[in-house]
Amino acid sequence: MEPIHKISKTFVPTVQILMEDGTLNGSPMPKLSNQQIVEMYKTMVLCKIFDDIAVKLQRQGRIGPYVTIRGQEASQVASSFAMDDSDWMFPSYRESAAMIARKVPLKNIFTYWMGDERWAGDAANGNNFPVAIPVSTQIPHAAGVAFGAKIKGDKVASLAFFGDGATSRGDFHEAMNFAGLFKLPMVFLCQNNQWAISVPRSRQTASETIAQKAVAYGFEGIQVDGNDIFAVYKVTKEALEKAKNGDGPTLIECVTYRLSDHSTADDAKKYRTQEEVEFWKKRDPIDRLRLFLEKSGLWSKGDEDKLIRECEETINAAIKEAENAKPPSFEDLFKHTFAEMPWFLKEELEELKKAYDGKEPELTNKVEKIEGSFP
Amino acid sequence: MLNMIQSINLALKQEMERDGNVVVFGEDVGKVGGVFRATEGLQQQFSERRVFDTPLSELGIVSTAVGMAAYGLRPVAEIQFSGFIFAAMEHLYSHAARIRTRSRGRYTCPMVLRSPHFGGIHALELHSEGTEALFVHTPGLKVAIPSTPYDAKGLLASAIRDNDPVIFLEAMKLYRAYKEEVPEEEYTIPLGKAKIMKEGNDVSIFSYGVMAHVALKAAEEAKAKGIDCEVIDLRTLSPLDIDAILNSVKKTGRAIVVHEGPRRCGIGAEIAALINEKAMLSLEAPVVRVTGYDVPYPLYKMEKLYLPDIKKVLIGIEKAAKF
Repeated sequence: MEPIHKISKTFVPTVQILMEDGTLNGSPMPKLSNQQIVEMYKTMVLCKIFDDIAVKLQRQGRIGPYVTIRGQEASQVASSFAMDDSDWMFPSYRESAAMIARKVPLKNIFTYWMGDERWAGDAANGNNFPVAIPVSTQIPHAAGVAFGAKIKGDKVASLAFFGDGATSRGDFHEAMNFAGLFKLPMVFLCQNNQWAISVPRSRQTASETIAQKAVAYGFEGIQVDGNDIFAVYKVTKEALEKAKNGDGPTLIECVTYRLSDHSTADDAKKYRTQEEVEFWKKRDPIDRLRLFLEKSGLWSKGDEDKLIRECEETINAAIKEAENAKPPSFEDLFKHTFAEMPWFLKEELEELKKAYDGKEPELTNKVEKIEGSFP
Repeated sequence: MLNMIQSINLALKQEMERDGNVVVFGEDVGKVGGVFRATEGLQQQFSERRVFDTPLSELGIVSTAVGMAAYGLRPVAEIQFSGFIFAAMEHLYSHAARIRTRSRGRYTCPMVLRSPHFGGIHALELHSEGTEALFVHTPGLKVAIPSTPYDAKGLLASAIRDNDPVIFLEAMKLYRAYKEEVPEEEYTIPLGKAKIMKEGNDVSIFSYGVMAHVALKAAEEAKAKGIDCEVIDLRTLSPLDIDAILNSVKKTGRAIVVHEGPRRCGIGAEIAALINEKAMLSLEAPVVRVTGYDVPYPLYKMEKLYLPDIKKVLIGIEKAAKF
């Protein structure tokens, strides 16, 4: 088996605190109360169950294609907990856990995966940008928000999530260059999950690490064990504070692993070994923190059972709410294109209504079985 | 009997066997043979030297294809979904399409850019747009869109052998929709030649891709209402088959254009202008456009409202017939 990741000894520091057996390795811990640690654990479990249920809903035809987060809970939850509500978060399509941790309502997230535009219009979404579907395009937008905060003199930072594949695109490099040059209050948070669909990290870039790319842009890069919630929290918290103190951006490489397929349309068995997946299952970020909590006397079997029950109830209630929403109207298709609807859109809207003889369309949440294929 | 994915795969295989300069690359096209499996088996047969996975970089894929083509290769690059082509637009518009002009013919760009295209499959955001007009509007690019497995094989072979850059857009919805007889032996279908899918005398319907099939079904329903439509699959949008368009309009005097992409400055606008310029006196009614609307392509719940369907095409046919 080829080496899955190398921890660099050359270019960048690496951070690990919580070992795979749930013990601490003696590195400095971040400032976290027991209550905060338990809260982060509960959020990770909620995200995991959300993910499992979302995959099932997709198989049942109740949501469309879904992008899984399994295995990356610590990277997303810890970094989101390190942010203030006033900070801006820029997700890719694989950031359901970050959105959940940032208190985006579960109903909204389900609404999105049900292919409904209206998920994003809710103020409850907070300072979280809509999901970016093209890879890496959210990164320069985050740089722009950081630039805006700097120009206005606000103590606000932005954080962009992206994967290892995204670092091959110009958007990433151009945002890095702007951020370094203008000393923007921004955190680049790369979740190196080892795979961009079928292409392994080793075939994405000749760099030994992703973190070292920051060196060339004139700022700090740090590699962190992305399945270690304490290490991710500590490094992100410090990077955000540094950003808000005017000391510029940081690139954080969370070394983690995509335990599931790329999406519900993918079959990872075609390109990677079960042996590799098993290797990473033993490094599961949730198991690791549970072991720590149990050893610390902060968590019991009873707590676990209760949590799972509560998570399932919360998630099922959100699904019900999303599925029971009134279908969108004809106007919904047109009314957000411009601030004011131009004549040709008014004409097209009338044309559409006429095609349905004035009856409201039957748009269900149920995904129709359609001919053709999505991979 | 092959479906469209299989016929595309066969065309790639045969062109690679025929010409050692043909190389295939893009994201996930090597080991797994593409997310739709269009390039399945090619790396095994032709080695990683000629079939390879690139980093996740659309700009890198298209721009290096320009250089490879200038050096004498025939790159067949894949952009995983046409919605991700925009990062590469600078290289398509400013370089692939212009290098022949800029070098007075000294350098050329015989590349093919294949990409899954169009909607109707409940995909994620930006996986469904009908953006073909952007490429037709780019001087120096050719644009082909097959609607059948048979046409896909012959058009792709022509595109690879063509000495100019060809954007080859493949309807995802048609990839595995049905199978038909596709000859094993090599053949080509010339770029710039439309196909009459159904002859008729009352209304001409010009379409392509998935919508060619929708137009055909609408024409069958119109027949029951006593309107005899001629359905023409344009197959190539640049260059357009002007003779096929004018011959049909001169016969019927009425025309509608059906496409998924937005209406403003779309293929419908171009065809209406061409008919105005060259067959004005044959017209009995204004040219009707049945198209996607001028709004961002919606997430999938509203997709069926956005796309032209049989009902909308029938309304268009009646509008043209009863003017």
